[in-house]
Amino acid sequence: MDYASSFALIAPELLLTASGLVLLLVAAFGGDKMARPIAILAAATLFGAGIMLLPGLHSGVMGLDTYAFGTLMRADAFALFAKAMIYLAAIGCLMIAPPYFAQAANGNERGMRAEYPILVLFAVLGMSIMVSASDFMTLYLGLELNSLAAYVLASVMRNDAKSSEAGLKYFVLGALASGILLYGMSLLYGFTGSTEFGAVRAGLSGEMGTGALFGLVFVLAGLAFKIAAVPFHMWTPDVYEGAPTPVTAFFATAPKVAAVALIARVALEVFGEQAAAWQQIVMFLALASIVVGALGAIGQDNLKRLLAYSSINNVGFILLGLAVANAAGASAMMIYLFIYVAMSLGSFVALLMLRGEDGTLYETFDDIKGLSSTQPVIAWALLLLMFSLAGIPPLLGFYGKFVIFQATVEAGLVAFGAIAIAASVIGAFYYIKFVKVMFFDEPVDRVTGKSTAAHWALLLITAVIISPLGYLLTPSLTDLADKAADALFLVS
Amino acid sequence: MTDLGGIGVEHFLVVGAILFVLGVLGIFINRKNVIVILMSVELILLAVNINLVAFSAFMNDLTGQIFAMLVLTVAAAEAAIGLAILVIYFRNRGTIAVDDVNRMKG
Repeated sequence: MDYASSFALIAPELLLTASGLVLLLVAAFGGDKMARPIAILAAATLFGAGIMLLPGLHSGVMGLDTYAFGTLMRADAFALFAKAMIYLAAIGCLMIAPPYFAQAANGNERGMRAEYPILVLFAVLGMSIMVSASDFMTLYLGLELNSLAAYVLASVMRNDAKSSEAGLKYFVLGALASGILLYGMSLLYGFTGSTEFGAVRAGLSGEMGTGALFGLVFVLAGLAFKIAAVPFHMWTPDVYEGAPTPVTAFFATAPKVAAVALIARVALEVFGEQAAAWQQIVMFLALASIVVGALGAIGQDNLKRLLAYSSINNVGFILLGLAVANAAGASAMMIYLFIYVAMSLGSFVALLMLRGEDGTLYETFDDIKGLSSTQPVIAWALLLLMFSLAGIPPLLGFYGKFVIFQATVEAGLVAFGAIAIAASVIGAFYYIKFVKVMFFDEPVDRVTGKSTAAHWALLLITAVIISPLGYLLTPSLTDLADKAADALFLVS
Repeated sequence: MTDLGGIGVEHFLVVGAILFVLGVLGIFINRKNVIVILMSVELILLAVNINLVAFSAFMNDLTGQIFAMLVLTVAAAEAAIGLAILVIYFRNRGTIAVDDVNRMKG
């Protein structure tokens, strides 16, 4: 493997790095008035990097040709599919940020800071590296690049007490998670003699020793922190509530995709020979997330907190696909992930549009009473999104749950599927509460402000994707997800 | 690997494990202030480094030591960002006591 082909394989990452560094200089010299052009350039970079993924995605590349720099990185169909979702989600989050920060500007806060799009870009670069990692060292560096940028993003509203508290909590628990993950990696290194995924997999075959088992459990626990699976979810509601809403939208989409792709890669590939050892752990994480996500959301009044629990619930379904531990499950997981990204991006955009005349952002149930009479379009879009999150046919959210349950049942795990279905019925309660409050309560007329074109555009795009029209996407989505899953299960 | 007079890899692992547990307990039991949490995080990363270097030395494999260098670098960046976030937190709230980090609950 020569350097030229290695560099060609990591071209999207190189583009992101170069553009991030150049934009950082522009921000340093141009100041905050350059924030908007930088955001546009950052989105264009992400778009360009996304275009670079297309040939590989289309042909479903996998195998030895996809390794870059020895065995340090790998750009196979699975990594490319995850990257495509990450870039799309990040573009969406860059689109919605400038109007939010412009309206949030008052005595304490200036408008959007020029660092914001650059931090998003570096976080995306980190995610991009971690999903194409093929060695624990690459994995760790990518994960940290993503996390370090994310801690700063959470506390980007420097003069807001909630935002800085969210940043602090995210930092402490994120650092703890990295520590646990790293400790597990050090044990795996010691007991298998390598940090490379293929070699670790070979070292774990046969009877597994206690040390290696500890390593496996620590690595899974650290990754479960990153995807906010129960019982490692306690930071999620606080961070989601405290962080500025565009940042929350970012956290709920792109890093989630990256962390799920990472846990899938590690569980199915590195620990592939020991599926029996982690299947129960992942199954527990999945069911606990589904149940806690559904029950925890019920008492919530703050809509951002509620969506945080909703994301915990959705992560549970995604993990259910992982717990099946076969190619069908992995493919279902990727399909669900795509649909989840569209739904949660749409929901957060809708939250961003709940503004008063003076630009105040409303985020509780009391504020959206009778929304259907004052803002019918937002109310109907939210209705679609909530029904889709609840998994009600004919919306696309139903298809996601359907493929997951299908994979679960085909693998003979009927009981677990049944528990998940029961919990998703409980979860439907609070999604339907949205609809009840918006359509049947006395109007309070608080949400009277105008929204910008960027918000409307993204809301309509996501609403169309999750509407029954979205089923037109399913053949190509299934095709891509199948190729990704095949790449994951190709024993190297 | 030179002779260490009967000290084997397991002794290093025990030290690493003790440091790791101290670090985790430091995060969860500590009720005083956030600086202690930052120190605990460093302790966890150092426990990992001890593990990596010990394994690396006893297996005659350099990978672990390279990994340890990377971890050190990232730990420095992490501490810098942690302290920066702590500074803006202190500016907003005027305290860094762990029990006061409670604006959001539920």
